[in-house]
Amino acid sequence: MSAKKTLFDKVWDSHVVHQIENGPDVLFIDRHMVHEVTSPVAFLGLKNRGIRVLHPEKTFATADHNTPTINQHLPVADPLSANQLKMLEENANEYGISYWGLGHEKNGIVHVVGPEYGITVPGATIVCGDSHTSTHGAFGAIAFGIGTSEVEMVLASQCIMQPKPKRMRINITGELQYGVTPKDVALFIISKLTTSGATGYFVEYAGDVFKNMTMEGRMTVCNLSIEMGARGGMIAPDETTFHYIKGREFTPKGADWDTAMDYWQTLYTDEDAIFDKELTFDGSSIEPMITYGTNPGMGMGISNDIPTSDMVQGGATTYRKSLQYMKFDEGDSMIGKPIDFVFLGSCTNGRIEDFRAFASIVKGRKKADNVTAWLVPGSHKVESAIKEEGILDVLTEAGFELREPGCSACLAMNDDKVPPGKLAVSTSNRNFEGRQGPGSRTLLASPLVAAAAAVTGKVTDPRELMKEEFV
Amino acid sequence: MANGQWPNSKKQKKMAYDKFNILTSTAVPLPIENVDTDQIIPARFLKAIERKGFGDNLFRDWRYNQDNSPKEDFVLNDATYTGKILVGGKNFGSGSSREHAAWAVYDYGFRCVISSFFADIFRGNCLNIGVLPVQVSAEFLQKIFGEIEKNPAAEFEVNLPEQKVTILTTGESESFHINDYKKGNMTNGFDDIDYLLNIKDSIQEFAKTRPF
Ligand code: SF4
Repeated sequence: MSAKKTLFDKVWDSHVVHQIENGPDVLFIDRHMVHEVTSPVAFLGLKNRGIRVLHPEKTFATADHNTPTINQHLPVADPLSANQLKMLEENANEYGISYWGLGHEKNGIVHVVGPEYGITVPGATIVCGDSHTSTHGAFGAIAFGIGTSEVEMVLASQCIMQPKPKRMRINITGELQYGVTPKDVALFIISKLTTSGATGYFVEYAGDVFKNMTMEGRMTVCNLSIEMGARGGMIAPDETTFHYIKGREFTPKGADWDTAMDYWQTLYTDEDAIFDKELTFDGSSIEPMITYGTNPGMGMGISNDIPTSDMVQGGATTYRKSLQYMKFDEGDSMIGKPIDFVFLGSCTNGRIEDFRAFASIVKGRKKADNVTAWLVPGSHKVESAIKEEGILDVLTEAGFELREPGCSACLAMNDDKVPPGKLAVSTSNRNFEGRQGPGSRTLLASPLVAAAAAVTGKVTDPRELMKEEFV
Repeated sequence: MANGQWPNSKKQKKMAYDKFNILTSTAVPLPIENVDTDQIIPARFLKAIERKGFGDNLFRDWRYNQDNSPKEDFVLNDATYTGKILVGGKNFGSGSSREHAAWAVYDYGFRCVISSFFADIFRGNCLNIGVLPVQVSAEFLQKIFGEIEKNPAAEFEVNLPEQKVTILTTGESESFHINDYKKGNMTNGFDDIDYLLNIKDSIQEFAKTRPF
């Protein structure tokens, strides 16, 4: 029986090397991205076993998680971070892996540089020891985050052992309202599903809203798949995808491109293919979103009030503990809350489009005095585009500085830590307790909401500031 | 290949971690939902290049004040509760893929985590390093919490061969799921890499067929 297949099934099934009955599939991995924090113990494991990296040509290393975002030309001050960076460089050299370290022109956040250089292609399997590897699903790849034992597994065998996840499709129909970005779409979906609503599933995003989205936007949405518990998310490749990847350094060229295209054009969900779960939302009902709690599922339209504990699913005790940490009350309005920090960056919203959006709001305005702003490009390539497009001038004029690329305050492993008790509007992906520094309080939002907060010093509906200039 | 069985090989195989068969222990309750891996081990403790010492920083910011003094009301600082089993609320281990979270749980001395729901990556990481994640029903989880509250010295039996967890004081039990392959690994202390190295030739054959 030639069963109708989903996009996910097509890609997964074509990578199964071996099936273990009542066990996981052995899945072949086309691309393995490696960074300094989750790899040292994996390389140590190889050494202890006396084995080599099986396919160094399919392995790419970049330094991003604990790197400083100022003075990258100087030696890294923190000895532990410096040591991790040194280990990555040594391991990359020892095993013949491409290494884009600090200062390298291709350096940047792993999930930003992968697509930029065409390492990410449709129909591939991509893994990395970072849960937001789901980003690469925007290209119609199966991409997911793995633990360090699995990093070692892939280094050793170019395979991973995974039970096949179930399939979910999320359709967003219609058109987005003015001022609503891909980040809002993602935060909206997570607020509906909760942080565990897609656990055990691999998600396909479908519908007009995603069809009309740029690759940057699709990456933002797929990036956040993990925040609803999904193993990953993906979008069928189309002209937008092919146009984006064509001519990038690692994408196929000439006749290989044509062969690849023939294959890539078969990557869509067959009509009548069956999903284990399917959800549909109306895109026009989505507002600019903001979170108010300590997980990404605790989000709402920016003009709403914080729900009361009797309205939420899940335990009221956990909910109250979360609001207590945030120093918010049930029923509070978010609009008008004074903020201290703004973080624009991360693999969620550290791409050129995000900087364009941010600049569109701050243009002709000034950074509020009470706000410390960290604007961190996702890569050197993004940084160059910011300069070339004149965005840097707009930002400087408005009183902002640009930092150097890296993960930065997304996980605050370097010095970019929000101090205890301070409130930050962040374009990153997690608002967990202490995620941006011990005691830090995080509101997740889009670059537009972040920009509106940066110039007003408080939570502000960006649509208020967008009236004329955004057409 | 038969159910979850290993291919035969001479090269088998040193134990990757302690074997897991039947664990009888008291348990430490953490009745909070959505415990994320940033709480289990905050990012600033991920700078090690070896898998050592993570237990000291398990639940660091819930366990210690900023001046490093212990927070009296956190369960790991309460001598009433001890044991090799950690019992957590729904959606345990969400967030980051950091295996350091599982290492911290193991290094602290836990060998088993019981919850009514686990995040995928955390569950996988635990299985890969010898911590058994046991998923029970929401009702049974409440019974376990209730029993520990009544009697902190209550013991629980986690029987992996029989895939059953029992509240020894009441005799109530529930079965749990684990795939045959992983069960075999846990009871023997094997890991996936040995398995994969055993089938390396077929992997290399497959690699030749990949277009990119
Ligand atoms: S920006 Fe944040 S989520 Fe993205 S790779 Fe870096 S640490 Fe991970």
